[in-house]
Amino acid sequence: MADTKVPPGTAAPDSGSAPGSRTGRPSSPPKAGRTRARATAGTGRLAALLVSPTLLVLTIVVIYPTIMALNESLYGPKGLDPKTGFISNTEPFVGLRNYTDIFTQAGDRFWNAFWNTTLFTVVTVSLETVIGVAMALIMAKAFRGRALVRAGILVPWAIPTAISGLLWRWIFNADGIANVLIGHQVLWTADGFQAKIAVIIAEVWKTSPFIGLLVLAGLQVIPKEVYEAARIDGAGALARFWRITLPLVKPALLVAVLFRCLDALRMFDLPYILIGAQKGSVETLSMLAQNEASNVRFGPASAYAVLLFLYVFLIALAFVRLLGADLVGEAGDAGGAKRRRAARGRRRALPAPRRAEVTA
Amino acid sequence: MTLTAKWRQWLPYVGVAAVVAYCLAPFYWMLVSSLRRSTDIFSTSLFPHPLSFENYRAVFSPSQGFSRALLNSLIVAGVTTALSLLLATFTAYAMARLEFRFKRLILTLIIATSMFPVVSIVVPLLKLFTNIGWINTYQSMIVPSMSFTLPLAVWNLTTFFRQMPEELEHAAMVDGCTRGQAFRKIIIPLAAPGIFTTAIIVFIAAWNEFLIALSMTNKPGMQTATVAISKFSGATSYQTPYGSQMAAGVLVTVPLVIMVLVFQRRIVAGLTSGAAK
Repeated sequence: MADTKVPPGTAAPDSGSAPGSRTGRPSSPPKAGRTRARATAGTGRLAALLVSPTLLVLTIVVIYPTIMALNESLYGPKGLDPKTGFISNTEPFVGLRNYTDIFTQAGDRFWNAFWNTTLFTVVTVSLETVIGVAMALIMAKAFRGRALVRAGILVPWAIPTAISGLLWRWIFNADGIANVLIGHQVLWTADGFQAKIAVIIAEVWKTSPFIGLLVLAGLQVIPKEVYEAARIDGAGALARFWRITLPLVKPALLVAVLFRCLDALRMFDLPYILIGAQKGSVETLSMLAQNEASNVRFGPASAYAVLLFLYVFLIALAFVRLLGADLVGEAGDAGGAKRRRAARGRRRALPAPRRAEVTA
Repeated sequence: MTLTAKWRQWLPYVGVAAVVAYCLAPFYWMLVSSLRRSTDIFSTSLFPHPLSFENYRAVFSPSQGFSRALLNSLIVAGVTTALSLLLATFTAYAMARLEFRFKRLILTLIIATSMFPVVSIVVPLLKLFTNIGWINTYQSMIVPSMSFTLPLAVWNLTTFFRQMPEELEHAAMVDGCTRGQAFRKIIIPLAAPGIFTTAIIVFIAAWNEFLIALSMTNKPGMQTATVAISKFSGATSYQTPYGSQMAAGVLVTVPLVIMVLVFQRRIVAGLTSGAAK
């Protein structure tokens, strides 16, 4: 891993310039560790220099807005000032009312959006996973034409979601091809249950090839010998899939599913364009928050955004804690990664190389 | 026996054909529809019979302002990509090569930011930008877009840098380069393919953005292509101009599809190293 082994005698060049500025590392025994300790102090500063611009930008565009949203969610919308009768310029402080409203007046719309978001996430991610794994298994079998397949599979991924919303809106049009194919008139893009189905179909189309791609990458690092050994031991195709393929692609699959879940939870473009804004049957939490914000009701909008953020955070935490999805992977400090990999190795029947490289 | 053997031989190709059809059929339908005349837009034949570019002409009619929208998209996505790559290259180098405290924590934080629901940063930023008069400006779209492109770029580049042998820099440093020179003269040229791959992936992500662009603009002249297409209006208010929407959709997508076809191997390597490890 990325430890800085500086060849003896060529201590990191910038470390020599400021010998006094050793950062808080425990000082090491004088002879053996001296070069290394000085190098660490130098690299520490260099690292801070290199990393800080990114952290600064992310602070401005992510952490600051999040804190703003928390604060903003405690204020109500601007309105008529009851005393003067004029429109007031300041937003009244309402405490937690934006949140408690969810259980009373604003409740219906919020809970509808909440359940839509949850339904879309659960249904699309399950379908995508099944279809994606099936695609990966098919592609792993094909020897020729793999480049073609890979290019084809990337097309839905590359089409902007907004455009794919339009594309499916056209397909699901009352006189569109979908109704011609099923020989039955369904008003897909009208508000209603069929609108949910339309969104799910469009979303699954766009993203299951992507899961297929990631699973394929995971499949290709499984050594052939494992399958041969299993075959000799008399394992059928199904047993090989359940006992070998699935456990070995599990780490890759878990990360893919986590990312898809988090993406689905913040779904916006597709229902917004395919069905439309303020359509109850497909309104997601993102759409609800955006709609409130665009109507200058920043307080309630922020409250919805904060709740969505908490929802996403909890799901991510559950994945990492309960299922052991390894997000950072090999990144980060060697010790932690090694420890965790060792733990996983024990659970796993066979150690698999971790890096997936798709080869033609 | 021979029959089943033959089946076994051909089955994967049937499967592959099915996968490709699944992925391409809707896109093909968009392409075909865009090439129909507006009078037979509801035709369901598999080929556009009288081939017509009427829709493409309609897209570029000045009333739609589509060329301006394309330019806006190019500026926003281009600047976002350039800025993200610049910052991410430095950070990724530190992540891949240097040992420092809180490294794992920082990387986790950076990755975690990419999972933020965009709407929860758009709402407060919208209010802020309204106050400082940034609505309908490029920066109001570029800055929030960095929230997801920067983590993506850092993550991708870290994996690429890590794949490169460290001995190269050490050799350069033994030969008298400083770390900075070794980075500039050895690492950057060698990492160029990785940087390029990351640039494509980041650009596609920024190009496809919709929510930020929708919220931060209300002037048609500042809308990006994805927003502009969704707001195309037909001749009458009850008519959705599907033909020109499909044509515009093709125009917005085709550059990406060509990129994907040309660089598919690189893109797959970038996506899988970033996302599946």
